[in-house]
Amino acid sequence: MSTSLNRRNFLRISALAGGGLVIGFPAMVSCDNPAKKAEAATSWENVNAFLKIANNGEVTIKAPNPEIGQGVKTAMPMVVAEELDVPWEMVSVVQGELDTENFKDQWAGGSQSIKRAWPRLRMAGASARYALVSAAAAEWQVPMEECSTEDGFVLHKGSGKKISYGKIAASAATVELPEEVPMKDPADFKLIGTSKLNVDGEKIVTGQPLFGIDYKVDGMMYAMLVNPPVFGASLKSVDDAAAKAMAGVKDVVTFGNKVAVVANSTWEAKKAKEALKIEWNAPSNPASTQKYVAAMQRSLEKKGKVQRKNGNPDKAFREANQVIEAKFEAPFLPHNTMEPMNFFADVREDGVTLVGPTQTPARARRTAAEITGMDESKITVNMTRMGGGFGRRLKADYVADAVEISKAIKAPVRVLYTREDDMTAGVYRPASQYKFRAALDKEGNVTAFHVRGVGMNSGVVRDANFPAGAIDNFLADGHTIKSDITTGAWRSPVHNFLGFAEQSFLDEIALAGGKDPLQFRLDLLEKAKKNAVGELSYDPERVIAVLKLAAEKADYDKQESGVHKGVACYYSHSTYVAQVAEVVVEDDKPMIKRIVSAVDCGIVVNPVGAINQVQGSVIDGLGHIYFGELTFKDGKPDQANFDKYRLIRFPEAPQVEVHFVDSKEDPTGLGEPALNPAPAAVANAMFKATGERWRITPLDPSKRPGVVELENRI
Amino acid sequence: MPKYSLDINKKSYQVEVAEDTPLLWVLREHLDMVGTKFGCGIAQCGACTVHLDGNPARSCSVPVSAAKGMKITTIEGLAEEKLTPVQQAWIEEDVAQCGYCQAGQIMTATALLESNPNPTDAEIDAAMSGNLCRCGSYLRIRKAIHKASKLKNA
Repeated sequence: MSTSLNRRNFLRISALAGGGLVIGFPAMVSCDNPAKKAEAATSWENVNAFLKIANNGEVTIKAPNPEIGQGVKTAMPMVVAEELDVPWEMVSVVQGELDTENFKDQWAGGSQSIKRAWPRLRMAGASARYALVSAAAAEWQVPMEECSTEDGFVLHKGSGKKISYGKIAASAATVELPEEVPMKDPADFKLIGTSKLNVDGEKIVTGQPLFGIDYKVDGMMYAMLVNPPVFGASLKSVDDAAAKAMAGVKDVVTFGNKVAVVANSTWEAKKAKEALKIEWNAPSNPASTQKYVAAMQRSLEKKGKVQRKNGNPDKAFREANQVIEAKFEAPFLPHNTMEPMNFFADVREDGVTLVGPTQTPARARRTAAEITGMDESKITVNMTRMGGGFGRRLKADYVADAVEISKAIKAPVRVLYTREDDMTAGVYRPASQYKFRAALDKEGNVTAFHVRGVGMNSGVVRDANFPAGAIDNFLADGHTIKSDITTGAWRSPVHNFLGFAEQSFLDEIALAGGKDPLQFRLDLLEKAKKNAVGELSYDPERVIAVLKLAAEKADYDKQESGVHKGVACYYSHSTYVAQVAEVVVEDDKPMIKRIVSAVDCGIVVNPVGAINQVQGSVIDGLGHIYFGELTFKDGKPDQANFDKYRLIRFPEAPQVEVHFVDSKEDPTGLGEPALNPAPAAVANAMFKATGERWRITPLDPSKRPGVVELENRI
Repeated sequence: MPKYSLDINKKSYQVEVAEDTPLLWVLREHLDMVGTKFGCGIAQCGACTVHLDGNPARSCSVPVSAAKGMKITTIEGLAEEKLTPVQQAWIEEDVAQCGYCQAGQIMTATALLESNPNPTDAEIDAAMSGNLCRCGSYLRIRKAIHKASKLKNA
């Protein structure tokens, strides 16, 4: 019990004290009772905003942040339960509602949930435990210091007295907390670091309502909408006579550049939507893939805005023994969460109820406040489990749709996008290109390094990325090209392609200089560690550690006939990842044997969930590098559904081994970081096996001769 | 509007809907069985998989009129007194990330194990290739299918 935090940074205990159920969200959340207690709970005490304790010792913990598949609905309550010192079997988890009074950073993005909430979650458990111990000590009239806790009980050694949390919870709820309460020494963690299954596991496999699309209340209407078919287009006129005459149709609502059909059912709304006759004003210069790819290629040849400069790169390039250059291209990508965009809104005179999948519930509320003019205090937001997010649900455009429609029809409504709506009216991963150059001396050492990037609507150069800091003469510059095509965060923004490009290029220059790609990276990192050139975003020692762990687990140094190993490492979102991909050639066909991942995310809260994140990230990253591509003609996406848009499929997923660095550092996130290096590790191994270097994505072998089919794996 | 009598999870249900209404929406919005998920609407992602007379089918592309007279099984109807081996294995292997596609994955895997109790990896690949998962939970799905096969045969 060593660490402590000032409670003022955290939460009050008294305001919420008292019995009664915490309101989760109606009709959708019930509290499981996995403990199967002999006695049912008959009363509950809200010990603090995060948790309540029943008289039979059961504990309900709120997961404050939205769950998009990153596992925080399980992992966050685990941290609370650890400090509270209760067996996990006694804990039920409910999704917390948006509550800016008691919770902070209630959003899911940038792999930040666990990292940011770590001290607050610990404090939630520790302060409740303090209150329970304090209440028991008062009842026994013994000093608190003589009491301890274990598995949901307060104990007093001297007298042998023992009382369950359930029995003392009512008194605990009235305890005044001191400035600081003790927290556990991480060495004493019993629950953190053990694998706990997804708290929604049984509901998922039995098809219980969990997701936004599953939500329903009496009187709810179903809406579908038409977005502008072309980026940059605006609404000219709507003829809704035919649509309004169709069965089940209640109304047609126009707002901004959107037209919504409101009906008694989704299917009726969808059919009526197709019967709308809408005219659009076309944009003057509609986007097309041909145009923007060429524009980016031209930009790459021009000096961009300098983002980092160390030493004298021009001079070093002039004096180089050898200059290596390579260009990389990436397309726009839609998010394609399996659950399409949807949201529920009920705009009434006295307030607004919002329910649905959002990575940013506070933004959802702000959006509703702006549209309705209502005070935020009158707007409630309940977050459903999300069928994926990947950055798409950071935006509140589809929340605004639901609010606009409900406001217009004065009834509760659920808006749902078709897959075509979802894919063609997205906020995409921006298309981007990179040009890398490296100057080598006679020994193959890198004397200068230049990265130039160009992105649609946003910059794509990260000035402190490795190998920045490890090379004396370094230049990073970039361009941005404006487009009508809407763009936004897409799982591991920028890094998701920069990781591929940068780590592929590092391999190219290592080999051009006659060096082993792993040792080449380690040497650069040693240099950054001993004598960094300028500012570093990463800790070289931790990169070295993951590289060495991946190499060790993959037997990188062992020469095996017919086995080709490619390495890559990448730091993002405060987490360090290195991967070694193994490719074997059988019957002249290269195949991915496995991808070994080494990860340093500090303390691993829930290993079974963490492994899932890493494996999924690798498969997702590889799938998108191989197949992901949204192209445009006359401002319109060419792909609108999964018949033309290709996601990685089951037979194409390679084996992914996951190893974590044993660490006592505070935990960092895992939703994104493992995605970034994997495609380059595979590409680097494939280069060894085939001599082909891949730089233009998607790699899709049907479009790029020389690329090996992904389903060739063992 | 026409009336249909549907045999779903061994119970009979009456609905009054347009004949072209996909079974998916009848289940979800008329009968409040929301376990079957909407993903693409064109039978390309597998999220809406149900069993029709024991065979996996994409309910987004089966009009209610075509489902009449068939035994329909949905994710809600798999477990009777207890979870099936496939459901149990899915929980124990902690397959789900977001979980949205898993009902469809489970329905496809269940049908596979009915016809082939001990599938090889290649047979699993073939059976599961039409069910998409953006989270990339494929490796755990494979493990869960092998585990379910063992549980089922035990």
